[in-house]
Formats: sequence, C-alpha cells, structure tokens
Amino acid sequence: MKRRNLLFKICAYAFLSIAFVASVFPFYWMIVGMTNAAIEVIQGKMTFGRHLAQNLTILFGQFDVVRIFFNSSKIAILTVIGQLIVSSMAAYGFEFYVTKSREKVYGLVMLSMMVPLAALMVPLFRMMVKFGLLNTHAGLILISLASVFIIFFFRQSFKTFPKEIIQAARVDGAGEFRIFCSIVAPAMKATYAAAAIYAFMTSWNAYMMPLILLQTNQQKTLPLLVSTMASAYFPEYGAVMAAIVLSTLPMILIFFGLQNYFVQGITGSVKQ
Amino acid sequence: MLHNPATPPAKTRPPFASFEKSQNRYGWFFASFALLLLGLFMLYPIISSLYMSTISSRGVIQTFVGFGNYLKLLNDPVFLQALQNTFIFFLIQVPIMLLLALVIASLLNDKSLRFRGVFRTGIFLPAVTSLVAYSLLFKMMFSADGFINHGLMALHLIAAPIPWLTEPFWARITVMIAMTWRWTGYNMIFYLSGLQNIPDDLYESAEIDGAGRLQQFRHITVPMLKPILLFTAIMSTIGTLQLFDEPMNFSAMGVSAATIGPGNSLLTMSVYIYNLCFKFMPNFGYASTVAYAIVFLVAVFSVIQFRLAGDKK
Repeated sequence: MKRRNLLFKICAYAFLSIAFVASVFPFYWMIVGMTNAAIEVIQGKMTFGRHLAQNLTILFGQFDVVRIFFNSSKIAILTVIGQLIVSSMAAYGFEFYVTKSREKVYGLVMLSMMVPLAALMVPLFRMMVKFGLLNTHAGLILISLASVFIIFFFRQSFKTFPKEIIQAARVDGAGEFRIFCSIVAPAMKATYAAAAIYAFMTSWNAYMMPLILLQTNQQKTLPLLVSTMASAYFPEYGAVMAAIVLSTLPMILIFFGLQNYFVQGITGSVKQ
Repeated sequence: MLHNPATPPAKTRPPFASFEKSQNRYGWFFASFALLLLGLFMLYPIISSLYMSTISSRGVIQTFVGFGNYLKLLNDPVFLQALQNTFIFFLIQVPIMLLLALVIASLLNDKSLRFRGVFRTGIFLPAVTSLVAYSLLFKMMFSADGFINHGLMALHLIAAPIPWLTEPFWARITVMIAMTWRWTGYNMIFYLSGLQNIPDDLYESAEIDGAGRLQQFRHITVPMLKPILLFTAIMSTIGTLQLFDEPMNFSAMGVSAATIGPGNSLLTMSVYIYNLCFKFMPNFGYASTVAYAIVFLVAVFSVIQFRLAGDKK
C-alpha cells in the first residue's frame, strides 16, 4: 500500500510538472521572442537576443500603440465598472426579492446565456449603424454592460449571504438601496473582485465585437492590432511578439495581484 | 398620498401585504437596468434576426424568401463544411480537455501535495491570454520551420516536418492542441473550487474501506462534481459552437484569407456568418439563418447534456 502510494505520488508530480511546463513555456517564449529578430522567432530561438529596441521601434513607430493601449484600457475599465453595478444589482434583485414572476424572468435571462455572440453579430451591427454608434467605444461598451454570466455569478454568491442580516437592517430602518450599498456589497468584496477580473479579461481580450464595431484605426483595441500585424504579408514577428506581450502583461499583473480573490470568489459561487 | 419627509416609508409599519408589494417593486427596480439592456441588446436582436432570416439580400436588394434560407442552408456545402468542422472540434477536443482538467484538479486537491499553489497558478495562466494572442503564438510555434518541427526533428521523433498548418488534418489537430492549452486551466479552476466543497471524510472513509485512488475518483469525485461538470460541459459546448477568434487568426492571412485554414478545414459557423456579412457582398438575411442554426444546435446539445447528467437542475 505504501509503495503504491509512493509510485502514485511520483506519477502525479511528473504529470503536473509536464502540464506546468507546457502551460508556462509559451509565456517564456513570447518574452524571449520580443528580443529576437523575425526569422529567429519563427525558428524558435530560445535565448534572449539583442533586437528588443528594434522590435519596439517597429511596434511603436508603425502603429499608434499608445492610443490603442489607451483605447483598450478605457473600454475595459468602463465595461467592468458598468457590468459590476448593473449585474450585481440585478442579481440582488433576483436573489433577495424572490417572487414567482421574477424567477420566471430569471430563467429566461439564464436561457439567453445559450445565445452565442455570433448570433447577435448581424443585428447588433445593424443596430449600431442605426443609432450612429458604429466606430464608437460607447456602442461597444453599451452592448456589453449587462452580462448574463456575471449576473449568474453574483446570484450564486449572494445565496451564501445570511438573509437575517438584511431583515435586521430593515427593522433598524435602513432603506432597501442602502442595505444593498452599505451592507451587502461591501461584504461580498471577494465576489466583486472575482467578477471584476473576469469582466476585465473578457473585455480586454474581446476580438469579434470590436472587429465588427470598431473599423477605424483610431478606435482599435489591442487584439485588433495584434491580429492586423500578424496578417501582414511579411509579418515582423519580433514586433508581433512585443505586441502580444504588451496585450498579455496587464492581464497577468492583474491576475497575480488579485489571484486569491479570484479563487475565493469562484469557490463562493460554486458553493450552493 | 404624500409621505412626510421626516418619516421614510420603511419606518412606517405597513400591513404585511403592502409591505410585500413594495418589496416586490424593489426587486424589479434592482433588476430593471440589466433587463432593459438585455432586452435591447439581446432579446430584440434575436427577434429581429428571426425576421431577417426570412429575407435574402444581396447588397441593397432584398427579397422575402420565407423558409428559403433554411432550405438553402441544408444544401450549402460551405455551411455543411463549417458544421462538420465544428463537430470535429466539439466531439474530440471538449471531452479530452474536460477530462484533463478534472484529472489535474483532483491531483491538485490532494493536501499533502507540495507546490500546489505554483502548479495551480501556472496551469491556470494560459486562461488570461487573449484568444487572438494565443492563436498567433501557436501559429508561429507550429509553422513549417517553426520550433515544434525543429524540436521534434532534433529529437528524431519525426523524419520530415509535419505540415501542421497546411494540411486539413494537421491544421485541426494544431487548433485542438492550442485550445486545450488555453482552456484546460480555466476549467480546472471550476473543478478545484467544487472539490473543496467535498468533505474530506468521504475520501478518508473510502480509503479505510480500501478503495483505490481510481475508485475514489469514479465513485466520489465524479458524482459529487456532477453539477459543475455539467456547467463546464455546457459552457465548452457554447464556446466550441461559436469558435471564431482561433480560426480567424490561425488561417494563413487572417482576415484577408480566401479560405479559413487549408481547404476551409478551420471554417466555423461564426466565421461563416462574419464572411457572409463583412467579406463578400453582405447577405444579412442568410447570415441570420446561419446564426439561428447555431442557436438551435446550442439548445439541442444543452438539452442532451442535461439529460445525460440525469439532473434537473
């Protein structure tokens, strides 16, 4: 029994190590690639080179990277703030004021999670043209303000919030809105953090909707830039790598900064 | 009736029924913003595209065709190709990825394991990359003279470079490998969270009863995680059926490519919708029909998965 356990442990470590290396390796390669010439990137040179300055010159010289970075940040931050407010309020309304009709509406909302984004591509594009919001960041932010997944995520977490506290606050005379703002929301900090990471990630990494709705260079976001650079006839792979690093780094920093919240938040929502 | 501003409505003690009613209103108030937005940007588009799907348009010329588009769909070789590609991804990649995620999660759940945090963080890391970035990363790694081929040849595992991106079979394999890299850690986190809610004594008593690891996995882990397994399966199904970023960025020249992957082997339904609207002469009507095909398939697969899980919630 002991020996079987030891063997199992060794296999487990070996398996996890392989998975770990496979997962992390492309990150190492993208950072190394940023410092190498285009041809070296393709051939898979695994050591740091001396082309970092040159790649950055190409990236920043040929593309308006600062503006694009600012676009991405602006869209992501506004989307996150909006989504957290709208979705957490909705989840609160569904979880703490349960009525039959509201449960039915909630069911419908959940059902709409199954509607793929691609199915909305055509009508949303036409709507934005009609509203005069094509090529505006406002249009893109507006359509992503209400996220069904994040409503679901919040509601699952709210289930763990003790309802007696709310009853007690009511008895003490607190208004409904105040109960939400100053009692429930602050207590669910981890959930908000996890939802914020998720929302930021989704918005920051979005490709399809920005591709359709933001067609001018002025309005572009980072994924659009990376995609355009790589689809050139002679891609400058070193510069592409620099752009990939630039678009990935903020996510990594945010994730490492808020990692514990993220795991805590997901654990809270999985619990029922 | 006007309220005296000095006494807010919550303090006056209304009869029970009207208190319920006013509470009920608050519930709708909290939900109203989301419902309004969802109605405008989700419900309305779904309904309007149902109408659109009965129209055939070539540029500005529009003709009502009724079910014509739906009939056209069933005889459209490009659509059938997209459907086939999607099914291949769905049937092969999703099960492999979910099983892998489950195995990793249950290994990481072992509290006596060292470096758990490091493993967990590293394996989750791919999930923060953008779909565009990782697609391009993998496209570079798997290019004909890229380092995967170089490496495999250096190890004498292959004699000639594998045509990863230029042959339909290998192109699909490459995308599957890439997708597995990107999403396994993501699913693992859900499983890990679920596993933490399974009481340890279940495993302890199973061990005392002499159940091996594999048996514990089959008889405790899998059944206890059923709701989460179902959730990830459905999310992966939805994700696979609307695959877009990867094929767009894997294909030779991205947006300007004539085909998506070698011989359209990576063409998916979402990409086809995009092409119908933004690449060729726009045919919004037919594109809406394809969109409805995706909605239909997502619904069918979700129902099947609910049934297989044998669970109502």
